[in-house]
Amino acid sequence: MNYTAIADRPDESHHPTTFVTKYIWSQDHKVIAIQYAGTAIFVGLIALVLSGMMRLQLGFPDSFSFINPSDYLQFVTMHGMIMVIYLLTALLLGGFGNYLIPLMLGARDMVFPYLNMLSYWTYLLSVIVLLASFFVPGGPAGAGWTLYPPQSILQGTPGNDMGIIMMLASLGIFIVAFTMGGLNYVTTVLQARAKGMTLMRMPLTIWGIFVATILGLLAFPALLVSAIMMLLDKLVGTSFFMPALVSLGEPLSYQGGSPILFQHLFWFFGHPEVYIVALPAFGMVSDVIATHARKNIFGYRMMVWAIVAIGGLSFLVWAHHMYVSGMNPYFGFFFATTTLIIAVPTALKVYNWVLTLWRGNIHMTLPMMFAIGFIFTFTHGGLTGLFLGNVVVDLPLSDTYFVVGHFHMVMGVSPIMVLFAAIYHWFPKITGRFLNTSLGKLHFWITFLGTYAIYLPMHYLGFLGVPRRYFAMGADYIPESAQTLNASITVSALIVGLAQLVFIANLLWSIFRGQPAGDNPWNATTLEWQTATTPPGHGNWGAELPVVYRWAYDYSVPGVKADFIPQNCPQSAVELVADERAAADVSGERGGPYNEPTA
Amino acid sequence: MTVKDNKAQQTDDWSGVVHDWGADKQAFDMPWGKLMMWIFLLSDTFIFSIFLTGYMNVRMSSLDTWPNPSEVFALNIAGHHIPLVLIAIMTFILITSSGTMAMAVNFAYRGDKRKTVYLMAATALLGGSFVGMQAFEWTKLILDEGVRPWGNPMGAAQFGSSFFMITGFHGLHVSAGVIYLSIIARRVARGHYEHKGYQIVEITGLYWHFVDLVWVFIFALFYLW
Repeated sequence: MNYTAIADRPDESHHPTTFVTKYIWSQDHKVIAIQYAGTAIFVGLIALVLSGMMRLQLGFPDSFSFINPSDYLQFVTMHGMIMVIYLLTALLLGGFGNYLIPLMLGARDMVFPYLNMLSYWTYLLSVIVLLASFFVPGGPAGAGWTLYPPQSILQGTPGNDMGIIMMLASLGIFIVAFTMGGLNYVTTVLQARAKGMTLMRMPLTIWGIFVATILGLLAFPALLVSAIMMLLDKLVGTSFFMPALVSLGEPLSYQGGSPILFQHLFWFFGHPEVYIVALPAFGMVSDVIATHARKNIFGYRMMVWAIVAIGGLSFLVWAHHMYVSGMNPYFGFFFATTTLIIAVPTALKVYNWVLTLWRGNIHMTLPMMFAIGFIFTFTHGGLTGLFLGNVVVDLPLSDTYFVVGHFHMVMGVSPIMVLFAAIYHWFPKITGRFLNTSLGKLHFWITFLGTYAIYLPMHYLGFLGVPRRYFAMGADYIPESAQTLNASITVSALIVGLAQLVFIANLLWSIFRGQPAGDNPWNATTLEWQTATTPPGHGNWGAELPVVYRWAYDYSVPGVKADFIPQNCPQSAVELVADERAAADVSGERGGPYNEPTA
Repeated sequence: MTVKDNKAQQTDDWSGVVHDWGADKQAFDMPWGKLMMWIFLLSDTFIFSIFLTGYMNVRMSSLDTWPNPSEVFALNIAGHHIPLVLIAIMTFILITSSGTMAMAVNFAYRGDKRKTVYLMAATALLGGSFVGMQAFEWTKLILDEGVRPWGNPMGAAQFGSSFFMITGFHGLHVSAGVIYLSIIARRVARGHYEHKGYQIVEITGLYWHFVDLVWVFIFALFYLW
């Protein structure tokens, strides 16, 4: 049976003709990717401003009359939710997933371009609903990004009337958008690869995005269901999550529900969500490191299996977020064990990145600097995870700034370092121009060092027992020195925040004025750099689809003239050095055995 | 034509499985839409599993007595008190509709357009009658028994909450399926798939069988427990 649809029939892939179909209602994965990325970066900047407001209040309490306690809690909530879902998930999967999957696999587009377009517009709708909640009576949700009931829907919590409803509705819409996109990504990876592109020849970027998307398709249902149940509790008066309770002296009509159930459902989504964000980052950083160190990635197959293992295990660790929630102690034992087990494949990946760098021909380009920065911040955040993963150590540290420091290091800063690396790395393919190097270095050093200036002291504050999410500590609650530290964190955070403006300015300037980059400025092997035009045109590949002859990491192959062999370069076309003593292995099978397609 | 060029070389052991999966171009020998439907159904399975897990959790942790479903869903027909009779009929209808759907897929692949359309229409009608009976059941519960999402006279409030939420969500799935079936049947009748092939009927069928299978679990876990 012949199923080949648009992949091999470029004439049927709906070439856009008007400006509107080309750039607005576009079905081209590259345009959709840029739409996703632009929207995500826009809401991310809003969340950045919110974090600046929080820091102002924490660093200099009583100085800003325009921030009251309710505002503060709403800033916390919206900052967290926007950053995790609407920025990181959307930018990594909607942005980079959309851009890179077809290009890296040698496909013309996603398998269902129309659905892909719907995915973006639905995502935009969810963002609009979320941002609209800033303007409804009572303001946006203020229950913390975890939205724990019963307090999230009760009087006394800011945003408990309209804010929480719009938040839950927006999440529901986002999940619909993600599902439409995610089905496309998974199907494309499984069914629309170029000839010769076996699963074990895919770049690790694709492996990361692929497994993360599967995690998303299986984890977001938990968030969807808990959002539906909480909406019913709020709007209809059911008691799924609401126990019998007294609020402001009045017994409420709720009875018999279980708040812990929500926590389980939320974290059954929430923990895989960490890896939905982390796995694409792992993949992209692997490709950036291999390319800029001119060396094959160390242990490709291990890296693939580590991604798969992390993906599987991520569904078995959720309750380590709930050690203080009141669980059976045996549960704590189980979840502490699985948490430590998931550290094994994760640590393996870190070793492999370092071993890839070892004796590599390291080019200190901007993507490489951010990638190395990522190894630092991720190792740091991973190690503090070992503290929080153990029940007895977690108990005193729970709900302190140690937790804030930990998760910002490991899933805030680290994926964002990779995102910067990825943007500096792929920008030349997306626009045909480099980003400015001097501005980029300024951006890197302020961001990287600033990260430590912000989050290292938070760990110390956590050891002191400073609780998180408090609007103000009061004069005697924490020592003077801790307050000074808080002020210092705020100053650093504001500087890092402003440094992002340098990045935005660099982006905008370089789109029009950046140094032209050519088709393959980094001498990279993967398919997206082998397109005929840059940026790639509609349909990506011109008349003929590429054929893949090797894995994605043929860098510095001994005996070969160039220090890289593109994936679509056949064995016969590889130029060897004249010296005949060099026995060159150009089969490109170091990633694993593969039978050459016969037809 | 694309994948498994050396299918003949494959063995029965695991290396065959690995080879199958590792092949270039396509990991599964099926159209894109069919694989996408499978993945969607996997995701949807998680949605229903979590609904049912949540329901079981509130049921087990409920302090009030849980109403006996056999009694709540009993009907008096011709003077006889028959427990779960309506639910039994609904289940029978839905499973029958899976049968007509399977036959529709069979005739679609044989290229028998007329029979395909009739069988799909029959499936949609059976699905519609299921939704209609569900509407009757809801009406009876709400008007006659006084069951509300936030409480009921028979016991734990979560009984009504879970019931309306889960059967409502499933009912939406069935309704969506009826619409989906009608659209596809209409396009089959117009000869829309003469050249493209009739895989779409099988894909529609996958969704329909899934909705039926979910009902079996709801039936077992909500009504029979």
